[in-house]
Amino acid sequence: MTMAETIRLALRLLEAGGKVWPKAGLSTLAFLFLAASTAAQEGDPEKGAKLFKACKSCHEIGAEARNGVGPHLDGLFGRQAGILDGFKYSSAMKKQGEEGLVWNEFTLDQYLKKPRAYVPGTRMSYRGMSRDAERTHIIAYLKTLSSEAPAENPTAAKPHRPEMGAAAMDLTGDPDYGEYLSSECVTCHQITGRADGIPSIVGWPKEPFIRALFEYKTNVRSHQVMQNMTINLGNEEIAALAAYFGSLDPQ
Amino acid sequence: MPRISRRTFGGLMGAGAASLALPYYARAQGKPRAVVIGGGAGGATAARYMAKDAGEDLNVTLIEANPKYTTCFFSNLYLGGYRDFESITHGYDKLASNYGITVVNGRAEAVDRDAREVTLADGSKVPYDRLIVAPGIDLIYDSVPGYSEEASEIMPHAWKAGPQTQLLKAKLDAIENGQQIVMVAPPNPYRCPPGPYERVSMMAHVLKQKGFNDSKIVIIDPKPKFSKQALFQEGWDKHYPGMIEWYGPDVHGGIASVDPQTGEVETDLDTFKGALVNVIPAQKAGGIAAQAGLANDSGFCAIDPKSMRSQADDNIFVIGDASIAGDMPKSGFSANSQAKVAAMAIRGDLLGSKVFPAKYSNTCWSLIETNDGVKVGAQYAPSAEKIASTSSFISQTGEDDAVRQATYEESVGWYKGITTDIFGA
Ligand SMILES: Cc1cc2nc3c(=O)[nH]c(=O)nc-3n(C[C@H](O)[C@H](O)[C@H](O)COP(=O)(O)OP(=O)(O)OC[C@H]3O[C@@H](n4cnc5c(N)ncnc54)[C@H](O)[C@@H]3O)c2cc1C
Repeated sequence: MTMAETIRLALRLLEAGGKVWPKAGLSTLAFLFLAASTAAQEGDPEKGAKLFKACKSCHEIGAEARNGVGPHLDGLFGRQAGILDGFKYSSAMKKQGEEGLVWNEFTLDQYLKKPRAYVPGTRMSYRGMSRDAERTHIIAYLKTLSSEAPAENPTAAKPHRPEMGAAAMDLTGDPDYGEYLSSECVTCHQITGRADGIPSIVGWPKEPFIRALFEYKTNVRSHQVMQNMTINLGNEEIAALAAYFGSLDPQ
Repeated sequence: MPRISRRTFGGLMGAGAASLALPYYARAQGKPRAVVIGGGAGGATAARYMAKDAGEDLNVTLIEANPKYTTCFFSNLYLGGYRDFESITHGYDKLASNYGITVVNGRAEAVDRDAREVTLADGSKVPYDRLIVAPGIDLIYDSVPGYSEEASEIMPHAWKAGPQTQLLKAKLDAIENGQQIVMVAPPNPYRCPPGPYERVSMMAHVLKQKGFNDSKIVIIDPKPKFSKQALFQEGWDKHYPGMIEWYGPDVHGGIASVDPQTGEVETDLDTFKGALVNVIPAQKAGGIAAQAGLANDSGFCAIDPKSMRSQADDNIFVIGDASIAGDMPKSGFSANSQAKVAAMAIRGDLLGSKVFPAKYSNTCWSLIETNDGVKVGAQYAPSAEKIASTSSFISQTGEDDAVRQATYEESVGWYKGITTDIFGA
């Protein structure tokens, strides 16, 4: 594609989309420019797979993927932001989707660079991937699996493996007790579900929530404040907290 | 499906059903009244939790002397140029509009414990069934000979945030290379144990940024040691070598007096002269606590560690800096934590709602230099005689830069979290 063709195509795209989301329109334009002017750097899916390890505790991708702390990533390319049924998105993410944010190479690249700057109010606690090449690799990896089919009901709770915290996972937590205990958490973790330097813990599924607390308690995940906070929590308390935070919707 | 909060539940039941569920006491006299004096970290949190959790069943009134609240927490970051003044100042509008709290802008002058009534400066009276007293601290100016409220216009304390903090910043920004800053640190107990040393770090950051290598900061401390001392001293050596000198009592021998006219601090050892002198005097519970007869000889208020209830009066709770909270430091985090326990106890008293066992926590973050944050924290539970620490942690010396940066970023998240928890969303 020559530069002139690129511009013509970009302008047509801009005109065509009756309701063109400004970010998507401009970003498509910018992306096409980028593609035309510099021979776009090829991402390496294998390197991307390694980098994806950092995302795995929250996001599943591939056959039978399910929603966890974050939405599953099957069918991501071309998907409107904030649209999966049953996943508790921040209202900021849903709004951006309604206004036209669609995931593609360019929008993902921008989002992954600095999530909180691209979608202010996102629940995703990830700080961002600053290296351009790394983002290209991860996007290449996501692409290779994007056409896989997710689980039939991606939000249904998974049968959990026998693991740490299993006893708490088997309990039915009392959300009222959880609400009382939560007052210690919300001094730092905002009840609105926003993540501004401290992760959002609102609307998590039970299993990863309980696992995370046990990992802090036993110092598998080392964090001084969280270890101190969890050290005196028993199974009933952990289950209650999971029930309460899981029942909340992010704003 | 969104959960039905207790509040909407109360609303759905309608007045008839709701009043049947109330204890006789409330039915006889209309809705029970909870009143809070002081809309700071402790008081505003307590008002919000009572209103949020009790909804329509409880009348909550918050009496606050000032129309806006500037947080002492992060006021040192304002001095260092990391935050603007606006970003550490909060209003009470959401507490009124989103939680139905009656916010009274006025000063409480007296508490009549027999009549269960608070008298405001304008003479109006606010009756209560349960009262929370959360006035923070008052400064004991004459604990430093030569110091006074007038002297603080020249030698700011900036230990209550507001115009004093702005004055201190103006004076810091006016320092010229080669001029000296002197801090007179406070004796125990005082609000925010690491606060003076974080402040010195922020002052040093400003001097270093301007390349003022000939300036010095001298700390005259009445205490032989201080909070996070090893961490601060390591940080000062690393970031500001030779700039900060700390003198404990065994070196300076005692603080004889300060002179606002000459900018001098006289000690047994020597006289120190500062172009900027920051005097942080001794502290006691905010005046209204003593007026109400809640404070003991220490100047602070004894409480029941299980509930924050005043040992002097069953209808009154004292939270935050004004209370004697055992092992808990006087901090915004502690005040916020104590507020939740008191709010729950009051709902139990007035509405018969369930009272869970008290738990308390605290973490204090401090910034030493850009992206070099440290923290100290603990969990607490009531023992027979005090609020006792059950576990604790502190940042280590020699930590990686990445850990320190993460700690700083966490503190920024904490600030957003706690101010949302205090003033509402
Ligand atoms: C420089 C500095 C840094 C700090 N940094 C931190 C930190 O990083 N983390 C942390 O957790 N803590 C920090 N603190 C400590 C924290 O600010 C206090 O511990 C906290 O504010 C105590 O809350 P409180 O509710 O008891 O009192 P305050 O927050 O002081 O609130 C008292 C309120 O009561 C009002 N009031 C008083 N008397 C009356 C009356 N008679 N009528 C009506 N209203 C009245 C006052 O106007 C005020 O708004 C810091 C303190 C300082 C000075």
